[in-house]
Amino acid sequence: MTSNSLVYLIALPLFGSAVLLLAGRRSDRWGHILATLLSGSAFLVGLYEFIQMLGRTNDQRAVTQKLFSWISVGSFKVDASLMLDQLSICFVLLITGVGTLIHIYSIAYMSHDLDRRRFFAYLNLFIAAMLLLVLGDSYLNLYVGWEGVGLASYLLIGFWNQKPTYATAAKKAFIANRVGDLGLSLAIMIAFATMGTVSFSGIKEHAGQASTGALTAIGIMLLVAATGKSAQFPLQAWLGDAMAGPTPVSALIHAATMVTAGVYLITRSNFIFDAAPTAQLMVAIIGAITLLFGAIIGTAKDDIKKALAASTMSQIGYMVLGAGLGPAGYAFAIMHLLTHGFFKAGMFLGAGSVMHGMDDEVNMRRYGGLRKFMPITFATFGLGYLAIIGVPPFAGFYSKDKIIEVAFNAGGIKGITLGGAALLGAAITAFYMTRVVILTFAGSKRWDDKAHPHESPVLMWLPMVLLAIGSVVSGFIFTQGNSLKNWLAPVVATSPAHEGELLKPAVVSILALVLVLLGVGLAVLKYLRNPVPTEAPTDVSIFTKIARRDLLQDDFNEAVFMRPGQKLTEVLVATDDVVIDGAVRGVARLTQGTGRTLGMTQTGFVRSYAMWIVLGAIGLLAAIWVVTL
Amino acid sequence: MLNLALQVGKTSTPESVLFWILGPACVLAALAMVMVKKAVHSAILLASIMITLAIFYIAQDALFLGIVQVVVYTGAVMMLFLFILMLVGVDTSDSLTETIPFLRPIAILSSLGFGGLLITLIGRATLGHPMVGLSEANADGNVPALSQLLFSKYVWAFEVVSALLITAALGAMVLAHNHRVSARPTQRDLSIARFRTGSLATAAGLPNPGVYALHNAVDVPALLPDGTPAAASISAMLEARGDVIESLPFQLPAKGEDE
Amino acid sequence: MNAANYLYVSALLFSIGAIGVVVRRNAIVVFMCIELMLNASNLAFVTFARINGNLDGQVVAFFTMVVAACEVVVGLAIIVTIYRSRRSASVDDASLLKR
Repeated sequence: MTSNSLVYLIALPLFGSAVLLLAGRRSDRWGHILATLLSGSAFLVGLYEFIQMLGRTNDQRAVTQKLFSWISVGSFKVDASLMLDQLSICFVLLITGVGTLIHIYSIAYMSHDLDRRRFFAYLNLFIAAMLLLVLGDSYLNLYVGWEGVGLASYLLIGFWNQKPTYATAAKKAFIANRVGDLGLSLAIMIAFATMGTVSFSGIKEHAGQASTGALTAIGIMLLVAATGKSAQFPLQAWLGDAMAGPTPVSALIHAATMVTAGVYLITRSNFIFDAAPTAQLMVAIIGAITLLFGAIIGTAKDDIKKALAASTMSQIGYMVLGAGLGPAGYAFAIMHLLTHGFFKAGMFLGAGSVMHGMDDEVNMRRYGGLRKFMPITFATFGLGYLAIIGVPPFAGFYSKDKIIEVAFNAGGIKGITLGGAALLGAAITAFYMTRVVILTFAGSKRWDDKAHPHESPVLMWLPMVLLAIGSVVSGFIFTQGNSLKNWLAPVVATSPAHEGELLKPAVVSILALVLVLLGVGLAVLKYLRNPVPTEAPTDVSIFTKIARRDLLQDDFNEAVFMRPGQKLTEVLVATDDVVIDGAVRGVARLTQGTGRTLGMTQTGFVRSYAMWIVLGAIGLLAAIWVVTL
Repeated sequence: MLNLALQVGKTSTPESVLFWILGPACVLAALAMVMVKKAVHSAILLASIMITLAIFYIAQDALFLGIVQVVVYTGAVMMLFLFILMLVGVDTSDSLTETIPFLRPIAILSSLGFGGLLITLIGRATLGHPMVGLSEANADGNVPALSQLLFSKYVWAFEVVSALLITAALGAMVLAHNHRVSARPTQRDLSIARFRTGSLATAAGLPNPGVYALHNAVDVPALLPDGTPAAASISAMLEARGDVIESLPFQLPAKGEDE
Repeated sequence: MNAANYLYVSALLFSIGAIGVVVRRNAIVVFMCIELMLNASNLAFVTFARINGNLDGQVVAFFTMVVAACEVVVGLAIIVTIYRSRRSASVDDASLLKR
């Protein structure tokens, strides 16, 4: 089915971004309003499409719109087309919905910033790029959006680039993303080389004929791309530093949408992963590693935004794990993605509210007892907290437990390991999230009298409230009657699912709840009973020290990639200097030396010149003699 | 005379006697010319070589050329050389030490090589070549035959060479022209310069011996204007022998007194 | 007696003259050696005229003499000029063109 309105989803925010950037300072007074309105209108278009889609039957739900013929070289034809199916519409609504709420939040949050208009321009740019990513109908179109969100992320993380560390953080994010983008490029190239097409439908058709090796290669490359964009192990080091951007950016990009692009990619490529079990196993393993990695880091962070970033890394690990479990897990990965979008964005906005009230202080050790001063923030943050640790009937309970269930049901050693890891992760999540809440809102005040915490203005707490409502009810809605699973089935569950059942769902839920209570209890014991020091204690165990240093991720990157890379650059520069320039200089020196040597015949003495003439004449005579022999 | 010359050209034995006497002499003279120290000796030796060559020309039926060789070459050109030698310095002699390293050994080797190669090549070119002789070409006489060729076949070269002669003469005049760089010193300038030197002793110029003396002899020293005898006016040899006579008795009486 | 003997004499004179140009330092003596070379070639021409039976060799020798005379005139004028400005007739002293 074709549609004519898909292009508006992208065109509206893109138009806003262009207007705001081109109009410059003239649009300072109304720029943010225009941007928010355009974002909201994109949401309305998406809602309209959704309602239309609901009214259609399963096989008619996908709509496409061809914009123009983009590449037509020999047998390689790629059109700039958009495709909206059941998977994309989830993302479209999430992006535009949460995006518009964050636009509204930013009007108040960035009200003191002189560059607010530029901020909104970048936000709109991001929305447009992310929509292009999820609406593209081929890997190449997806790639354009992929690059666009990378650019928007760079611009937004480094928004306050007057501070060198922020600019460096933006560069770090971009470079890590770039490594992932290389994976995506290679995947596209391999796909074209083996199957001659890069569109989703085309590859889905040909996936049966391609060799398992080629499909595994494509799958691994897509996994690399996903790890880059979604901050999974081993390309996860940039997410903590990305908190240098303003808090709305962290909420929108690094919680709800951009970092979930990796999960979208894997889910969209389900036909490849289902045909390449090795690649799929690697996806699951990466997800499991990352969820533990992020959880451990989160326990040692005193910066509230960095703790939430570690939490994001861990939760996306859950999503990737879910996506790596085959047709049984895709729907639950998407479910967790959507619920996470609600509660994590809500918690980030809450953190921003706390920072706004505490004069941009981020160290949780300087908070304490803020629930009396910021009740709405406390309420919304608290609901998000309950959702993330998986307390029923909040959203996280449904989505996370389903993933743990599917992990166990995968069977064998693989199932037990993955499921065990997920359970352990749930316990640690409960621990560190409780720590964050206690340090911030509970306990006694640890801030001095210079700070005067106050509740945020309505433009800030209204989006928080709406997201909190989402955190409460979304899980329930998605699970009722397997609604989301059935909705997505035509897209992701086309291969037969491995329907095993190691543990009954109820058992899993009880196990999870027990571990969650254990984690909560430990945190309460540690942080609520005893007073919390305002400076981070230095006499801690080696594990804490390592966790504070982000599990040595930066040290590892530096030692393995950066320093050898610098050395390589130095070697290349030296080679250029010595070998290449040396060769050029050597030619010059050779010419000079030859000239100098030949110049020695110019003695100035006529008699030596005459001698040369005589010698030449002798040579001539000798030649004649030889010739006439 | 002419018959004798023609006879010499036709027959072998007198000519070979001539050749074997004068040939080696010629070569020896050339070697000597290259090796003697004084330039004048080289000039004389070259003149003798040229005369020998003139004799060779006459022996080979080139009568006109032989006479021209003596008159023009030896007579005019070599004399010109001698004039220039006198101008430049008859006494000048080359030192025998060589300043350019390795030049002498290389020169000797290359002379041997050069000569050897030339002789080999000439030998190979002329071996078995019959000698025609000039009796037929000289039938009307050498000069008419030569002029026949000169004014018909080689007339263009003849004209060009005459132009060359004129150009050479002009060139010599141009080169000899002395272009003064500074103003020509007048008589006043010269006398001022003479009196501005260190002492007045030589201001009037050095006198010839015996100019102020009554006794005009080489063994009496001349007197400088201030009355002292000039040591430079006596030959060093006389002084060494002690044959110098005092000049006082021969001086004029004091001023105002007549003889 | 072979007429080629004159040619050998000519060759010897020519090589001696060539070496003289290289070895001697007085400019005038160098010039005289050049004259020796010219005379040697004249002898060769006259001998060849006799061998070939026509007078072309003698005509060429005649022209050579004329040219040599002109050359001597101009060359000696140059030497005199150099001598006048430098007070030296040695070819080694005119070495300003050295590198």
